[in-house]
Amino acid sequence: MEKKDIIQSFKDSLFTGLIALALFGPIVGLRTASKGEGLFITPQWGIVFLLVGLCILGRFLINLNSARKTEITFFSKFTSKFSAITEDKAKHFAITAILFAVVFPFLPFTDRYFMDVAIMILTYIMLGWGLNIVVGLAGLLDLGYVAFYAVGAYSYALIATTFGWSFWICLPLAGVFAAFFGILLGFPVLRLRGDYLAIVTLGFGEIIRIILINWYEVTNGPDGITGIPRPSFFGLPFKRSPDEGETSFHLFFNLEYSTMHRIIFLYYLILVLALITNYFTLKIRKLPVGRAWEALREDEIACKSLGVNPTNTKLTAFAIGAMFGGFAGSFFATRQAFISPESFTFIESAIIVAIVVLGGMGSQTGVVLASIFLIGITEMFRDLEQYRMIAFGGAMVLIMVFKPKGILANRKPTILMHGDKK
Amino acid sequence: MEYFIQQLVNGITLGSIYGLIAIGYTMVYGIIGMINFAHGDIFMIGAFVALISFIIFGLTGVALPIILLLVLLIAMLFTACYGWTVEKLAYKPLRGSFRLAPLISALGMSIVLQNYVQVAQGARVKPMQPLISGGLEFFKNSEFIVTVSYLQIFIVILTIILMGIFTYLITKTDLGRAQRACEQDRTMTALLGINVDRTISITFIIGSSLASVAGMMFVLYYGVIDFYIGFLAGIKAFTAAVLGGIGSLPGAMLGGLLIGLIETFWAGYVSLEYKDVAAFSVLIVVLIFFPTGFLGKPDIEKV
Repeated sequence: MEKKDIIQSFKDSLFTGLIALALFGPIVGLRTASKGEGLFITPQWGIVFLLVGLCILGRFLINLNSARKTEITFFSKFTSKFSAITEDKAKHFAITAILFAVVFPFLPFTDRYFMDVAIMILTYIMLGWGLNIVVGLAGLLDLGYVAFYAVGAYSYALIATTFGWSFWICLPLAGVFAAFFGILLGFPVLRLRGDYLAIVTLGFGEIIRIILINWYEVTNGPDGITGIPRPSFFGLPFKRSPDEGETSFHLFFNLEYSTMHRIIFLYYLILVLALITNYFTLKIRKLPVGRAWEALREDEIACKSLGVNPTNTKLTAFAIGAMFGGFAGSFFATRQAFISPESFTFIESAIIVAIVVLGGMGSQTGVVLASIFLIGITEMFRDLEQYRMIAFGGAMVLIMVFKPKGILANRKPTILMHGDKK
Repeated sequence: MEYFIQQLVNGITLGSIYGLIAIGYTMVYGIIGMINFAHGDIFMIGAFVALISFIIFGLTGVALPIILLLVLLIAMLFTACYGWTVEKLAYKPLRGSFRLAPLISALGMSIVLQNYVQVAQGARVKPMQPLISGGLEFFKNSEFIVTVSYLQIFIVILTIILMGIFTYLITKTDLGRAQRACEQDRTMTALLGINVDRTISITFIIGSSLASVAGMMFVLYYGVIDFYIGFLAGIKAFTAAVLGGIGSLPGAMLGGLLIGLIETFWAGYVSLEYKDVAAFSVLIVVLIFFPTGFLGKPDIEKV
C-alpha cells in the first residue's frame, strides 16, 4: 500500500463521515418529543458522533483492507461447500433433523419456553415451505402470503366458534377457503410480470387486513375473535376437570394432569403438518405440474412455446401455496385461542419471504435453517424489539448483496433429461 | 354540487402530494427497471426532516415565507442524502443480478428505514401546530360553503412550480438527455461516454428531493406524522405511477392526481373506512385492464 493510497482512502473516509453526519444529524441527533402542547427537540449529539465515527472508521478499515475480496470469496466458498455437503447428505441430514424434532419434547432441558419457541419456529417452517411452492418453485414473488394465513385463521375461528365443529373438520375447510382466495386473487393477477405481481399481492394482503378490521359484524373488528376452541386429542380434551360425560386426556391415559400435555400435542401437530407440507412439495416436484413450475420459473416464453399454459400452472402453485398457508393459519388460531388483525400485518409476509429467500429459494432444508436462524435470533433479542427489526432488514439487504441466491442456493431442476450431468 | 367541488379541491391537493412521490418511482423504474420499495420511507424521512426543521425555525421567529423556503431546501438536501446512500448500499451492487434481488433488497431497506426512524424518533405520532391557516370561501349563500385553504393553494402552486423545473431539467438539459438515454439503452449510453452510475445516482437524488417536498406538504397538510406513513403513501404513489404508465413522467403526475381524486371521492361518497381499499383495488384493476397505464409505452418481452 502506497502513501498516495492511504491519503486517498483517508479522504474517502472523511467524505463518508460527512454523508453519515447528514444522515444521522437530523434524524438521530434531534429527537422530537411532545411535552404538553407541541413538540420539543432533545439533542442527542453524542450518539451522532459515535455513529459518524464508526462510519469513518469502518470505511477506512475497508479501504485499507485489501484482503477484503478474498474474505468474500472465502465466505461464498464456505457456503457453497456447506450447501454441497447438505445436498450430498441431504437424506441423513433430514432423518437426523426429524428424529431430533421427534424426541425434542422429552429432552431433559426442554421446558415450556423452549416448547413455545419450537412451536413458533415450526409454524414459520411450515409457512416457509408453503410459500416456497410459490416463490421457490414457481418463481412468483408473493408479498401478501399472510393474507392466506389470515383467511385460514379466521375461517377456522369463525367455523369453530359458530358451528362448534372439531379441529379436524375445520382444518381442511380452512385450507379450502384459503386455496379459494388464492385462486380468486391469482386468476386476474397472474398474468403480471414478477415485480408487478409482488406489489399487487402486497396490496391484496392489505385489503384483507383492512376488511378484517372494518367488517365488524363478522370479524369483530380490531378486537378479534376470542374463545376459539382448543384442539382435542382425537376427542379427548386437555382439561383438568372434564365436563360431564367426557373423558379428558390425562384421565384416559391415567396420567398426572399437566398443561404440558397440550403443548406437546400442539408441537407434534405442527410438526406433522409441516412434514406433510414438505412431503407434498417433494413429491409434486417430480410430477408434471411441479416440473412445469420449475420450467416457468426459468423461462416463461420457452414454456409457452412448448404448450404449457402459464396462467393455469401458476394458479395451481398459488392455490396450493395458499392452502398450506390456510392450514398454518388454523393451527395458529387453535394454538392462540385468540386472533386479531394485528397478527397479520405486512411484516409477517416480509418475514416469511425473508425466510424463503434467505434459505435459498427452492431449498427445503434452507427454509428450516433460515427459520431457526431468524426466529431464534429474534427470540434471543426479544428485549431489543426495535433494533431487532433493523438487524432483520439489514440482513435481507446484506444477503442480497453478498449472496443473492441465499444460504443454500438450490435452483437445480429436480429432473434432468439425460440423468444428472455432474 | 358544492360538496363535489370541495372534494375536487381536496382531491387535487392530495393528488399533488402523491404525484410528487410517484415521480420518484417512475424515474427509478424507467432507468434501472426496479421498484424502489424504500421510496415511501424516503418520503417519510423527508417529512421528519421537515418537521424537525419547522420546530427549529419556529423558535427563531423568522417570517413565514422564509421559513417555508428554508425548510424546503433543508428537507430536499438531507433527504437526497438518504436516497443517494440507499442506492449506493442496497441497489448498486445488485445491478445485473437476478430480477427479484433488487426488490427484496429494497424491501429490507424499507424495513431498516422504518425501524431506524422508530428507534431514533420514537414510535408516537408527532403532531404539529398548523403554520398556514385561513382560506378562501366560495358559495357563501348556499348550504355548504366550499373552503379552499391557503395551504391547499400553496401545495398546488408549489407542485406546479416544481413540475415546471423538473420538466425543464429532463427535456432541456444535458443531465436530462443523459437520463433519457440511460432509460433507452444503458450499455450504448456508457459507450458514448456518459457516466451511467452518476446518472443513476442523480436520478435517485432528484426522486428523493421531490419525495421530501411531498413529505413537507404532508406535515403541513395533515399536521401529524409517524414512522409508518411511508408504507401506505408509498403504495398509493406506486399505484399512481402504474396508473399513469410506469416510466412516463407526465403519467406519474396524472396518475397521482387520479389516485388523489379517487381516494377523496371514495372517502366522501362511498365509505371512509375502506378508502385504502379503493387505492389497492384501483391498482389491481388497472394492472389487469391497462397493464401499461394511461401514458406508458407497451412493454414487449423479448427472448
